[in-house]
Amino acid sequence: MAEVIDGLYYSRDDEWVKVDGNEVTIGITDYAQDALSDVVYLELPEAGAAFNAGDIFGVVESVKAASDLYSPVSGEVIETNEALLDAPELVNDDPFGAAWMIKMSLNNSGELGELMDAGGYAAYCEERE
Amino acid sequence: MKRTRLYDTHVEMGGRMVDFAGWELPVQYPTGPTVEHHAVRNAAGLFDIDHMGQFEVRGPDGERFLQHVQVKDVTTMAVWDAAYSLLLYADGTVVDDIFVYKLPDRWMLAVNAGNLDKDFAWLSEHAAAYDVSLTDVSDKTYMMAIQGPKAEAIVQRLTDADLDKVAARTALRMDVAGINLLAGRTGYTGEDGFEFYVDADQAVALWNRLLEAGKDDGLLACGLAARDSLRFEACFPLYGHEIDAATNPLEARLGWAIDWYVPFIGRDALLKTKLEKPQRLLIGFEMVDRGMAREGYPIAINGETAGYVTTGMKSPTLDKFVGLGYVPRAYSKVGTEIEIIVRGAPKKAVIVKRPFYKPRYKEA
Repeated sequence: MAEVIDGLYYSRDDEWVKVDGNEVTIGITDYAQDALSDVVYLELPEAGAAFNAGDIFGVVESVKAASDLYSPVSGEVIETNEALLDAPELVNDDPFGAAWMIKMSLNNSGELGELMDAGGYAAYCEERE
Repeated sequence: MKRTRLYDTHVEMGGRMVDFAGWELPVQYPTGPTVEHHAVRNAAGLFDIDHMGQFEVRGPDGERFLQHVQVKDVTTMAVWDAAYSLLLYADGTVVDDIFVYKLPDRWMLAVNAGNLDKDFAWLSEHAAAYDVSLTDVSDKTYMMAIQGPKAEAIVQRLTDADLDKVAARTALRMDVAGINLLAGRTGYTGEDGFEFYVDADQAVALWNRLLEAGKDDGLLACGLAARDSLRFEACFPLYGHEIDAATNPLEARLGWAIDWYVPFIGRDALLKTKLEKPQRLLIGFEMVDRGMAREGYPIAINGETAGYVTTGMKSPTLDKFVGLGYVPRAYSKVGTEIEIIVRGAPKKAVIVKRPFYKPRYKEA
């Protein structure tokens, strides 16, 4: 069973969003890392890059395939997890923690309503098992 | 889809089952392909490769028939020798890459799963002119491989045969865990090890006994992903990637496998290629820019698309992003700067020496 953490928002593209005031932290879920298999390469945006909800903000590559990363909300990148670029295996080891990918400004908190809560996402994972 | 006798075992072990050449096989176990890869390089790995096919050739014309249909001089093979070889079309392109075994009473060919039907039809067509019987024994023959520096020690615990005396690319008949089987000191990982040909009814028992015997040595069950990254580092070609019906062995740098004085099908076309030199060559490259090359990505030279990637990945052993691909011969030298077009963006790479990992074989 894939781990799902309470208090986060989840997208249908398997990103998680942690809200902290006007700022969000974004990563990919345990379900996603498991489906990808061993992650070996990442491309992440520079600070200052702006994305709308649904835009591609980066790429994650596993031994299996390359997958786009979709921004779950609209905003500007405040910080990128540079350490992750040198240690992409953290995505497998600690997807909700050390493997956070970017911090963004939250331009439109209304977009959070489009995302799932932990319960909804757990059910979404189960559907695909 | 076809299932091997170990299907239930793989599922119980948490194997992630995928379709490979019509077979449901584990691409990885919960340990993950990177850990499985390192296990084979440093300890040992166990592979279910029953999807591979086996043909037997018997009869008075066996040797003459084989001299016609494959590129290795089988008249120089001693009984129990095993050799890598190729089946070629008349135009010199590749039907399949195979292993040939000379056994006391017959020849055995090990062929790729995805080519089995095609190979059998092609061989049957040519066998008609010879006094031979060609039999597909794939269903009753189970193929399993144990590979890695600790493979010998693990198997030795289960047999009375003196494995230290068994050289690379030779075979023997022996009992392993009380199960009689044919073993080749062969493999496709770049490590020492064995490939077992055993009665299909004994497959589950042999698998479990081997895993048990190697537990303390770090023996891991390995899936198709690790098998691919291991053969890739050693630069062993994989049919459908580095070689196929549109490539010839000289382009693929497999000239070493060919005994030119053997009158094999495809020789005339290949000799012409050899004299005129191939137009393109398989090269190994390493990424200079950040980026990961994958199969099918274009290779550009001086800004123009000039070739393509056949296999690309992060080499677990080297911890580097490397790949294999075809480029025009004029640009195939080590040190040549090339670009890999990664999802539309050119990324710098440089041609490096192959193999990425030098295979280690048993000398006896």
